[in-house]
Amino acid sequence: MSDRMKIFLLLAPALGIITVLFLGGLAIGLMRSFNYMPVIGLTEPNFNAYVSLFSSREFYLSFALTFHIAFTSTVISAVIAVAAALLLRRSFAGRGVINFLFQLNLTVPHLVGAIGILYLFSQSGSFARLAHEFGMISRPSEFPALVFDPYAIGIILQYVWKEIPFIGVIVLAQMQALGQDYESVARSLGASKWQSFRHVLLPLIFPGVLSASVIVFAFTFGAYEIPALLGQNYPAALPVLAYRQYTDVDLAARPEAMAMAIVIAILAGVMIWAYTRLTRRRIRS
Amino acid sequence: MDRDTATIRSIRFLSGALLIFWLVVPLVPLGIWSFARGWRFPDLLPQEWTLQAWAYAFSDVSGVLQSLWLTIWVALAATALSILVGVPAGRALGLYKFRGKEIVELLILAPVIVPGIAVVLGIHTIFITLGLTNSVWGVILVHLIPTLPYMTLVMAGIFANYDPAYELQARSLGASPLKTFWLVTLPAILPGVIVGALFAFLVSWSQYILTLIIGGGRVVTLPLLLFNFATSGRNDITGAIAMIYILPGIVILILTARQLSGQSGAVGGFGRV
Repeated sequence: MSDRMKIFLLLAPALGIITVLFLGGLAIGLMRSFNYMPVIGLTEPNFNAYVSLFSSREFYLSFALTFHIAFTSTVISAVIAVAAALLLRRSFAGRGVINFLFQLNLTVPHLVGAIGILYLFSQSGSFARLAHEFGMISRPSEFPALVFDPYAIGIILQYVWKEIPFIGVIVLAQMQALGQDYESVARSLGASKWQSFRHVLLPLIFPGVLSASVIVFAFTFGAYEIPALLGQNYPAALPVLAYRQYTDVDLAARPEAMAMAIVIAILAGVMIWAYTRLTRRRIRS
Repeated sequence: MDRDTATIRSIRFLSGALLIFWLVVPLVPLGIWSFARGWRFPDLLPQEWTLQAWAYAFSDVSGVLQSLWLTIWVALAATALSILVGVPAGRALGLYKFRGKEIVELLILAPVIVPGIAVVLGIHTIFITLGLTNSVWGVILVHLIPTLPYMTLVMAGIFANYDPAYELQARSLGASPLKTFWLVTLPAILPGVIVGALFAFLVSWSQYILTLIIGGGRVVTLPLLLFNFATSGRNDITGAIAMIYILPGIVILILTARQLSGQSGAVGGFGRV
């Protein structure tokens, strides 16, 4: 058997499944967002869903909120993750236990973290009780609203909780592979600790941090269950809004839901473009 | 000088302690709630401790056990299918250079990054015509979107460091293709397959929106049940289900902690857990 035939046969099942499910799902979503579905008698495509989406205030508010959630969570997680990796690459007593605790929530699903954040930060949650214990508040309603709040603080707290170890483990592996030789050279040439971090280590790990951040951004932009649990009702995060429209009793709302799904897909497409550029450049250098 | 390093050391210690505290603390109230009876504001700890929530969770009426078996079955089936399809694909990507390889890699990477909600509404339409909505098989199939690319990428990494010359030697010594696979290929790739499979299992285990839409609310896996209890205000039962739900992940983490500290591609899968 020729190599070409072998490669084709090895790849065919995987590519078949991804083409039908993934590309098929996207294509049908795109068609339905144009209200075009010949099988059920919709033969005249139109832009109505996009027109009503882009003239709706709720959509813009929702998009802005979702972007805020994804951007803020990603930046805070990445910064803390780099700091955490700097701490954890040192050798110290009990390193094994600390490393385990650092990785503990990698395998804990986001939904569990979201419920934990809810029980910690809600107005009758653990931190409100502590505030009461110290006489800072007398009633739950006096505790600041950190979940179901307009700034999505609870959602961001959850993502930061979950993504610090994710980015951190990737950065830590990178730092260990690089070793400390480059920094030692910089230090012996008179660079301060900060200078050797800023001008030697950071440029070396930056592409890795960015590519992990791209995955986090796309995830936090498109996740449903966390904003559904911790978010306010209006405006809701884009995936929550899309789900609501899709399950609306009024079937006419479905093309709009599909259009929102396409908006999320386009944003993820931009992220993939950024990811492949970053990882390729890293391989080349 | 000495005092300076002492200050830096204590700052380092404190920030490390704060970090670990923050990473563990959201799990604490869940654990406490599962043993609490009527834990009201402003009590810092429950007045009364009880096993009622656990007894309820393991009783037949709660549906937790049915959900647990269903979730295990869905995750096992999705993982098995991912191994079957992902190992050959990973071999092609890891061992060969060919025209269009970049496009194939892109196609396999895309489902890892594109959020489920962006594709699942379209898939729902396809599955309606195929009669796969509201069914366990429909849910298993849709879970392949995150698990299969992940398995394929892990196996591509394993095969990139694999030498197929051993297979040729076995063949030239008279071993059949099946025997060669069983005695030469499989032992070499098995550690990679196991790690990939454990994480594929976890990726399926944590899916929410794919199950909700394709299962149509009829295929109630543990995360769906957990969400329902969390929004109905039964904090004690929610806590017990959450503890059951995170258990496999923690066991898998203990089993694979060594692989994670290295530069394993396996870590990337956690973006979807």
